[in-house]
Amino acid sequence: MSFGVRLHIWGERACFTRPEMKVERVSYDVITPSAARGILEAIHWKPAIRWCIDRIHVLKPIRFESIRRNEVAGKLSAGTVSKAMKAGRVDDVNYFVDQNRQQRAATILRDVGYVIEAHFEFTSRADDSDTPGKHLDIFNRRARQGQCFHMPCLGTREFPAAFELVESDEQVPAADDDLSGERDLGFMLHDIDFANGKTPRFFRARMKDGVIEVPPFAEALA
Amino acid sequence: MTAIANRYEFVLLFDVTNGNPNGDPDAGNLPRLDPETNQGLVTDVCLKRKIRNYVALEKEDDAGYAIYMQEKSVLNDQHQKAYDALKIDVEKGKLPKDEEKARSLTAWMCQNFFDVRTFGAVMTTGVNSGQVRGPVQMAFASSIDPVVPMEVSITRMAVTTRAEAEKQHGDNRTMGRKHIIPYGLYRAHGYVSAKLSERTGFSEDDLELLWRALINMFEHDRSAARGEMSARKLIVFKHDHPMGNAPAHRLFDSVKVERVEGEADTPARHYGDYRVTVDAEALPAGVSVEERL
Repeated sequence: MSFGVRLHIWGERACFTRPEMKVERVSYDVITPSAARGILEAIHWKPAIRWCIDRIHVLKPIRFESIRRNEVAGKLSAGTVSKAMKAGRVDDVNYFVDQNRQQRAATILRDVGYVIEAHFEFTSRADDSDTPGKHLDIFNRRARQGQCFHMPCLGTREFPAAFELVESDEQVPAADDDLSGERDLGFMLHDIDFANGKTPRFFRARMKDGVIEVPPFAEALA
Repeated sequence: MTAIANRYEFVLLFDVTNGNPNGDPDAGNLPRLDPETNQGLVTDVCLKRKIRNYVALEKEDDAGYAIYMQEKSVLNDQHQKAYDALKIDVEKGKLPKDEEKARSLTAWMCQNFFDVRTFGAVMTTGVNSGQVRGPVQMAFASSIDPVVPMEVSITRMAVTTRAEAEKQHGDNRTMGRKHIIPYGLYRAHGYVSAKLSERTGFSEDDLELLWRALINMFEHDRSAARGEMSARKLIVFKHDHPMGNAPAHRLFDSVKVERVEGEADTPARHYGDYRVTVDAEALPAGVSVEERL
């Protein structure tokens, strides 16, 4: 665990959608390892490394809110685009929002704060130039200065995540008293196995005094 | 088109007088409210819709500025949109590999459609899940102070059906309702990623267009429901470095919106009841601030 990092993230709203309730979205109680990985990747990522989430510290009480929005019902097909490219005109490529509208409610989290503890491993695409120190330094430097590849978000892009590096000699901010004791959060998405046909893998999330230990991805249930 | 070379963040302040900035379909079209604080809300998608509509109006049929997510009202029948064709000729019998093809489709969409290039879009191109993530990201706008929606009853001096007219013996009146907010000043935060713009080709010209859209979008969105809405301030933070020079939240913190002294107990009814200050001194090195409005 020599290449560990700790990142404090927070935001006003978040939606870590449960896959079984994604039409009218309902968020998990806490951030998923998959979403946490996405946040780290928004700050620094290269094909040579893979972020592994070790621990999630939940800092704020778990609260929900509901919001209903007009959304679109479908997406554009590849065929339409290639036809338009051949024809050399764009007037058939469109999407009439008010003819293909869905109203969807989302049950989202309010006022969240987490600390993500993670480390990275090298993938088969790493070469000699990829030393642990290099990637660790890039990540820490960017996180310290507020730099990012794109603004990280809390589940969906309309909920941006503010972030700050927790320095190695710093304490993790204390969890709210509401979170003390042990809580079973049920089965939760660990991450998607992109190497194996995008299979989702799950783990049993248990929160103890606000801390969730995340098992290695290989141990998660397919 | 060359992509932008700097990261940006922006704060947009807009207000509404006697109107409904964004109705809540869950609450009978009442203005959206944060249930915990009673602050008014305007969703990100509501603001993006207005940006799209503005661009469609300004650019009409200019090549490269088509809008993919259209609202029926901006559709011009049989509009012949000229465009600079990419001219990827698919050679007969020699189809490009799937991934390559998907990429060229995505690139073509980015080049021709302003909203795809700016906000991204989900397209079924098979490979890479066919998604374009745009450089511009916006969050929910919320009002500075709690807002109090009012219900206004109105009458119409006509009825819709004959049966109704008979019931009223010729009185022919219908009652209706409008929901308004007497006054609300809203604050929206937005982010522009230089790195994602490299992938979609979001250029300096596009950025200027985005600023113009943010400043002028309410001017072209007048309706009975909206009341008077206007953009009041657009504060743009520009980072020297494409990855950024400071955390976004620290930049947003430097913009303070407060009630004018002595007014705190009375409800705000004008923009003049607020004071907006940008603490330019406190900005970290490498970040410059510009007030576009």
